[in-house]
Amino acid sequence: MLLIPCPICGARPEAEFTYAGEAHIARPVDPAALDDHAWGEFLYARTNPKGDHAERWRHTHGCGRFFNALRNTHTDRFTASYLAGATRPHGTPTTESLDAPAMRSETEQWGQA
Amino acid sequence: MSIRFSFDGRTYQGEPGDTLASALLANGVRLMGRSFKYHRPRGPLAAGSEEPNALVEVDRGGGARTPNLRATQVELYDGLVARSQNRFPSLGFDVGAVNDAAAPVLSAGFYYKTFMAPEGAWAKLYEPLIRRAAGLGRAPEVADPDHYASRYAHCDVLVIGSGPAGLAAAVGASQTGARVILCDEQPRFGGSLLSDRNARIDGMAAADWVAAQVGTLAARPDVTLLTRTTAFGWYPDNMIGLAQRLTDHLPDPDPALPRERLWQVRAKQVVIAAGAIERPLVFSGNDRPGVMLADAARTYAVCYRAAPGRRAVIATTSDTAYRAALDLQASCVEVALIADARQVADGPLPAAARAAGIRVETGMQVLATRGRRGIRVAIVGHVDADGRVRSREWVRCSLLGMSGGWTPSLHLFSQSRGKLRYDATTETFLPGESAAAERSAGACRGVHGLEDVLLDGAMAGSAAAHDAGFDAPGPVRRRVEGAMAARWTAPVPSRRKQRRAFVDFQNDVTSKDLLLATQEGFHSIEHVKRYTTTGMATDQGKTSNMNALSIVAAELGRPVPAVGLTTFRPPYTPVTFGTLAAYSRGVLFDPVRTTPVHGWAAAHGAVFEDIGLWKRARYFPRGSEGMHGAVARECRTVRAAVGLFDASTLGKIEVVGPDAAEFMNRMYVNPWTKLAPGRCRYGLMLGENGFLLDDGVAGRLAPDRFHVTTTTGGAPRVLALMEDFLQTEWPDLRVWLTSVTEQWAVLAVQGPRARDVLTPLVDGFDISAAAMPHMSVAVGSIGGVPMRLFRVSFTGELGFEVNVPAGHAMAVWEALHARVEALGGCTYGTEAMHVLRAEKGYIIVGQESDGTATLGDLGLEWAIGKAKRDFVGKRSLNRPDMTAAGRRQLVGLLTADPGYVLDEGAQLTAHAPPPPGTRSLGHVTSSYGEATLGHSIALAMLADGRARRGETLYVQRAGGMVPVRVVDPVFLDPEGVRLNA
Repeated sequence: MLLIPCPICGARPEAEFTYAGEAHIARPVDPAALDDHAWGEFLYARTNPKGDHAERWRHTHGCGRFFNALRNTHTDRFTASYLAGATRPHGTPTTESLDAPAMRSETEQWGQA
Repeated sequence: MSIRFSFDGRTYQGEPGDTLASALLANGVRLMGRSFKYHRPRGPLAAGSEEPNALVEVDRGGGARTPNLRATQVELYDGLVARSQNRFPSLGFDVGAVNDAAAPVLSAGFYYKTFMAPEGAWAKLYEPLIRRAAGLGRAPEVADPDHYASRYAHCDVLVIGSGPAGLAAAVGASQTGARVILCDEQPRFGGSLLSDRNARIDGMAAADWVAAQVGTLAARPDVTLLTRTTAFGWYPDNMIGLAQRLTDHLPDPDPALPRERLWQVRAKQVVIAAGAIERPLVFSGNDRPGVMLADAARTYAVCYRAAPGRRAVIATTSDTAYRAALDLQASCVEVALIADARQVADGPLPAAARAAGIRVETGMQVLATRGRRGIRVAIVGHVDADGRVRSREWVRCSLLGMSGGWTPSLHLFSQSRGKLRYDATTETFLPGESAAAERSAGACRGVHGLEDVLLDGAMAGSAAAHDAGFDAPGPVRRRVEGAMAARWTAPVPSRRKQRRAFVDFQNDVTSKDLLLATQEGFHSIEHVKRYTTTGMATDQGKTSNMNALSIVAAELGRPVPAVGLTTFRPPYTPVTFGTLAAYSRGVLFDPVRTTPVHGWAAAHGAVFEDIGLWKRARYFPRGSEGMHGAVARECRTVRAAVGLFDASTLGKIEVVGPDAAEFMNRMYVNPWTKLAPGRCRYGLMLGENGFLLDDGVAGRLAPDRFHVTTTTGGAPRVLALMEDFLQTEWPDLRVWLTSVTEQWAVLAVQGPRARDVLTPLVDGFDISAAAMPHMSVAVGSIGGVPMRLFRVSFTGELGFEVNVPAGHAMAVWEALHARVEALGGCTYGTEAMHVLRAEKGYIIVGQESDGTATLGDLGLEWAIGKAKRDFVGKRSLNRPDMTAAGRRQLVGLLTADPGYVLDEGAQLTAHAPPPPGTRSLGHVTSSYGEATLGHSIALAMLADGRARRGETLYVQRAGGMVPVRVVDPVFLDPEGVRLNA
């Protein structure tokens, strides 16, 4: 059973966590501005690398927080973990699609009902 | 003190400390099993866990019958009942042995070649036949009566194996204060030292030295000593699985004791001291009872005082077999000959053997053996370097001890993903680069000679403690006398045609099978393994893999490391399902969730169904009613008077905070900003892909507070999704989410008389249609109990859902029930609920929808807040496929025969019978018999369904097609008169 480094609680057994997909895929600020292809890429295209993979985990049966971690998909070892919203740690290989815009926080982008 | 036990119905006597194998050998019984494929008579090959042949079943009575146990590991106790396997009618006379005569057609890959025609015969004829003829023990037929335990443990250093290296490592590591666990699969610590009668360590006999070390370890408070405990698997991040056997060796165990215990040990550092396994020699008839590994023969003689034969021949390429010969001779076994395949044997051990008067022949090999149920003759001969046989001699014997050197046990190291390296001098694989926090010590990493092994173990223990953060003093070198250095070479694979020269004893794979496989083009060892099944039995090829590899490598003319070794996988030895399941059996297999009304419902005869982990009352039969009768009555009662329903399993989430409405706007398709406190809305949640994910009514209790309900099964998923967005996409929103599913019980009162039920019970507030219209919510109390009262309906009737704190639910339920009964109503269950909602055309997420349904498909697009710029899933609604023609849409179906009930999941077509190649137009999603409408009803998802209303289509049924008319999915009260009453 893997030990997963929760940035808040420390290393805890895998059974306490839920996997939540690739990290650094920010929801577009204005989805309506995306064409079908770009929206489809956002929904479905993932990098699937061999090597360090930035991915989201939730410490479901612990602090409950979503966080990001780097896991090497070849060795199945975690090399880093960091809070959601933080940038991917330096010195780790990155891919283009991971350079997504920083997390949005503009409430005003949302139409009112 | 003598122990009585029985084997195949015959009673024998053994000694304390015996294994079943040693006790049988002591009684002169060599035949202990029949082989897997050819039913050849077999005796023990080994004396430990690597044993491939002597598999038996042990019957403890009362259904506690365990098959496929290695007789070499079954500890004797008074009254032990053991039986041989895979034979009929008896071990001595086994009709399956005709397979042996048929061996020429049962060669490698015979499954694939022989049992091809006629078509279909494989499954019906050949496979059952083969499965009966070949095989291991019988699986138990009754539930396992034993119970099992499981625990987690943490330690600084786990030492696996308690031979000289392991003991030295444990002593070295634990003297630093590190928490140490030492485990060994044997009943006693000591490993190979237990059968060493010559060596003296620090002036003590080996066995005394072991006792002293174990005493030292036992006195250290941070040391855990585990015998009968197999480290069976290595899992990520240094989690090691240990299987501890607690009662199988006891004649009359305390029933309170678990039979076995699973340990999941998280170790900072691991020292693997797993030792080495002796390598058999491959020659014709090397599987006859009486042919065994030389060191196993020595162990039986020295450790168990069980002579495995009277007259022995030793065949070897290793000096260690000379030690076996000397020890056998000292145990009154006549050693007729040592046939050493090497041209030169001049080490101290061969010299000692010659000095003891034993005949030693170099350059001599065993060519074949003779004997019916056990070896009687070894045919030996001098073989020159080219493989030519120069002489031939028959030697009478009842024991043939063989040794092809030693194979380090790499299983756990390899499981830890460590890289192997090949050592050409010893022709063995050894641990190379580590991938985990572990180190190997002693024979399992190619260190031999007692003095070196002890030092290697002590160094490994100190280093492991150091790496775990402890101050470790340097290792102590032990003074060893009486241990003689041994050398060996790997046996050279014979190119002679050999009949029944076994490589894998457990799966009956011969050298001929391997040669055949290479001739047929299998050149990768992984392919050879699968084709011949070599190394694939429960012993995982502990004694066979290196011989198989060297034969294949020689045949292909390639070096051994180029051919490669097959992967080691857990478990090291078989682990019982009971151990792995441990406590997770029966009611503890999965949690059971019950509502506060559960006990009442059970007492009132409810029939329950499982919805996820929940137990829900499905219907409440009266008298002799069956399900259909009870459901129809419950439905009619709700429509005519009133029904009471336990809806407590509904998921409930409280969404609170200044930005609660904004959060709801983003998560749900509906508009929430203008929803007034005290009002409810039917919320629909999409995935970002635009498909329906969940639904439920949400009530606004205050400007900053929503009481959100979800489907019973969807609650955790919905809360997780909400948390995900809140934490990672919109951390700026000031919103807090709390699951309140268990806190609020939901008691639904539905039917025309629902208001009459509640009016006298609620504490002083107005629930009239004017004060509480459909889709409203009020906070108050009922009989003094705090209440959130929702006016909502999942039946199409006037309805209320009384939410009360779970601890008060029974009191309120009983008060409601008394009123409901008084007004001619009744309780109803989930089945009636399903029928009532279907009559009204209300969907159930996951029944009408399946993860590919849009709101448009389900006729729910009216719920979308059109003015909202965005919500989860909105962008996907504009993708071309989401609005394309031909999508399946929700419709109702009526059968011509009002009593006929369609099958849920049945396909719809335009023609009956459909021409070949016709694509389905849709499928039935819900279907119920007549309840209150005078006819059966069904809901379906149908391509362009709304445009097909009025058409007649056909639904598949067993043996034909049923015509159906497509209608609107709302069968009852489309105007909502009853709902709004």
